Amino acid sequence: MSTTIEHETGAPHHAEPHAAGHVSYLKDGYSIWSWLFTVDHKRIGILYLIMLTLFFAVGGALAGLVRLNLITPSGMILENDQYNKTFTAHGVVMLFLFLIPSIPGVFGNFFVPIMVGAKDMAFPKLNIASWYVWMLGAGFAVLALLTGGLDTGWTLYPPYSTRSSHGNVVTGVFGVFITGFSSIMTGLNIIVTIHRMRAPGMTWGRLPLFCWAMYATSLIQLLATPVLAIALLLLMIESASNALGVPVGIFDPALDGDPVLFQHLFWFYSHPAVYIMILPGMGVVSELLTCFSRKNIFGYTAVAWSSVGIAIVGFLVWAHHMFVAGISYYAALLFSLLSMFVAVPSAIKVFNWVSTLYRGAISFQAPMIFGLGFIVLFTIGGLTGLYLATLGSDIHLHDTYFIVAHFHFVMVGGMVLAYLGAVHYWWPKMFGVMYSDFWSRIGAVLIITGYTLTFMPQFWLGYHGMPRRYPNYPAQFQFLNVMSTAGYTVQLAGFLLIHTYLILSFFTGKKAGPNPWAATGLEWAPTESPPITHNFDTTPRVVAGPYEYSLNLTQTGEKADVR
Amino acid sequence: MSASVAAGALKHHFEDIEQQRGAERLGMWMFLATEILFFGGIFLAYTVYRLLYPKDFADIAGRLNVAVAGLNTFLLITSSLTMTFAIRACQMGKRSTLLLCLAVSGLLGTGFMCFKAYEYYQDYEEGLMPWRTNFGQEKVHNPDDEHAPPTTLNEQWEKKGVAPQRVRLFMTFYFVMTGIHGLHIIIGIGVIAYLWYRGYMGWLTPDRYAAVEVSSLYWHLVDAIWLFLMPLLYLAGPHHSLHF
Repeated sequence: MSTTIEHETGAPHHAEPHAAGHVSYLKDGYSIWSWLFTVDHKRIGILYLIMLTLFFAVGGALAGLVRLNLITPSGMILENDQYNKTFTAHGVVMLFLFLIPSIPGVFGNFFVPIMVGAKDMAFPKLNIASWYVWMLGAGFAVLALLTGGLDTGWTLYPPYSTRSSHGNVVTGVFGVFITGFSSIMTGLNIIVTIHRMRAPGMTWGRLPLFCWAMYATSLIQLLATPVLAIALLLLMIESASNALGVPVGIFDPALDGDPVLFQHLFWFYSHPAVYIMILPGMGVVSELLTCFSRKNIFGYTAVAWSSVGIAIVGFLVWAHHMFVAGISYYAALLFSLLSMFVAVPSAIKVFNWVSTLYRGAISFQAPMIFGLGFIVLFTIGGLTGLYLATLGSDIHLHDTYFIVAHFHFVMVGGMVLAYLGAVHYWWPKMFGVMYSDFWSRIGAVLIITGYTLTFMPQFWLGYHGMPRRYPNYPAQFQFLNVMSTAGYTVQLAGFLLIHTYLILSFFTGKKAGPNPWAATGLEWAPTESPPITHNFDTTPRVVAGPYEYSLNLTQTGEKADVR
Repeated sequence: MSASVAAGALKHHFEDIEQQRGAERLGMWMFLATEILFFGGIFLAYTVYRLLYPKDFADIAGRLNVAVAGLNTFLLITSSLTMTFAIRACQMGKRSTLLLCLAVSGLLGTGFMCFKAYEYYQDYEEGLMPWRTNFGQEKVHNPDDEHAPPTTLNEQWEKKGVAPQRVRLFMTFYFVMTGIHGLHIIIGIGVIAYLWYRGYMGWLTPDRYAAVEVSSLYWHLVDAIWLFLMPLLYLAGPHHSLHF
């Protein structure tokens, strides 16, 4: 690590192969410590990638247990209490240990500095600290899940969570509380990096849309996470006071507390958190669609500002989770209206993406299949959101499988597809190798088919009244539930396939050139794949926008299709 | 500007010192934004309950030691002033002034924490710690009637129609809010002590004044939060007399 800190004077330095900071970041030190004590944003991104893959596997296995249990109407394998703990663990792991840190942790870390033309994040030590803090929080969360688990659902509503729950609420909540700090650190780093570290010529109007989306995401991480922190702190205090026999009713109505206040504070974070999960995916999709349709993005300004618009409006809609919680009628009306507003910037994005595709030279490589899948599944997820924003229909659909299907279409059909698209798009740059083109296309199709088959039946289930979080159901729902579980197995096959060919690519993959997709973004400008530790031999000069595919021009002014 | 920068003041991944300073300043401002939302959340929760239970909150707020809180306010504001002088001293390379200003700021912060601890001790004596089983059971003077013999707080509350569980709610908020704030003060004192050490070793050259500047931003925020905390908690009800 110390060998990378050589260019203290900031004087221009020239390419010296194998000099400090000028070897591939993967070859700049081989010991375990060179990874664990690294401050290189690229290595930190890889550390996130490894742990996220692990947590995704855990969360996916838990989802498998839930789906298996629902094959029969009376619940096939789990006791009721086990079932509660399984879906809670699935929610906590997938949200706090996968979705929230996923694209920011891996691709935000790895690519935002390269895309703005910087050597590193603004605060490299804070960056590695964010990974350790996240690991610490994850440790507490996993400890809580292993030693008894939580049965509250990921929403942790009091007074059940503080008074009646027989689970490790304090430990689990403490874990989530700590992961929040990590989220704030990453967001802060990305905002400062985008503001202050841009290379000469990288104006805001030339900033890749992925960076715009990460900027908007980071704003939410900075401004929403602290409110969750304080809500969870109060929840922990109330739980602890009950455990100690000196109960204080911060949120407990029996002791003059207000449980709806917790819901307000919780959703003030957790609704914007939905946009922490989806905005980075939207940024990725803008990169994928332009590259694989060889078109300039349609409506750059609209797409860029709609990210910020989503971030802002996203802060004003939280109470639509509480329409049946006893909030005032007028508040419900207002939040219903505002919730519909947030569909506007999302729709702007979808229309602009589709316009980008119009008359493009589309090639269906794996990243593009994921990108197109995102548009379709996200649109279904987004439109069904309008049913839930509408007061009358929400009363019917609230807490049913309809809402489960809705947010899985957005989170999984949206964010996970975008995450996989990003993995496939940037894999050659991150590791310098190509994966199997044929099998990756099969994998993408399998995943999208599996998702649709898993979650589409749940709309019917919910519409016909199957409540979420129940371990059993009336017999007439069995067919749709079995379909949903079948979809899960298709997804599972897809994931196993993806892991197989991605791991194989290290051993048998073709070497990737510096720019295998003939993309125009600055992240493809470093002359090698994988990039050197300092990213660029010399500070790049940006002369063009990020998507000049019609001119075949990279951001540094070279021809894009010279591979 | 960057021509005169000492070796080592500029970190390797920045182009020039102004870029580095800009990043450090912006980073701190962004962090302060999260702090405002963090405290904002609990201010909101507290305010909700104060509006729901004004009578109970006013009664117990009147028991808090507003004289000590007022003195503490003075200490913190003064320390913010000396902290600002420290930035100027660092920019001008006046090492002894820098050390003096930092020391005074740190000591004023320490004084704040000492008085805070004294207040906590008074709450302990009066049985006002919500996590203890003697809550409301200690005999204390009734502030409405100084000459009456001391009775337990529970008896006084019952007579006035104040609900003990709401007092417990207030005291929980009081300890959480002042506790988190106190934690921030302690971190701030640690940061100032570290700056002092760097200055003492001669490492805080004028090139590096941004370190003092961003630390002062944090210190000012912690100060400003107290300016909201103090009236929210201590002035929520009438005080009948000033006691130390």
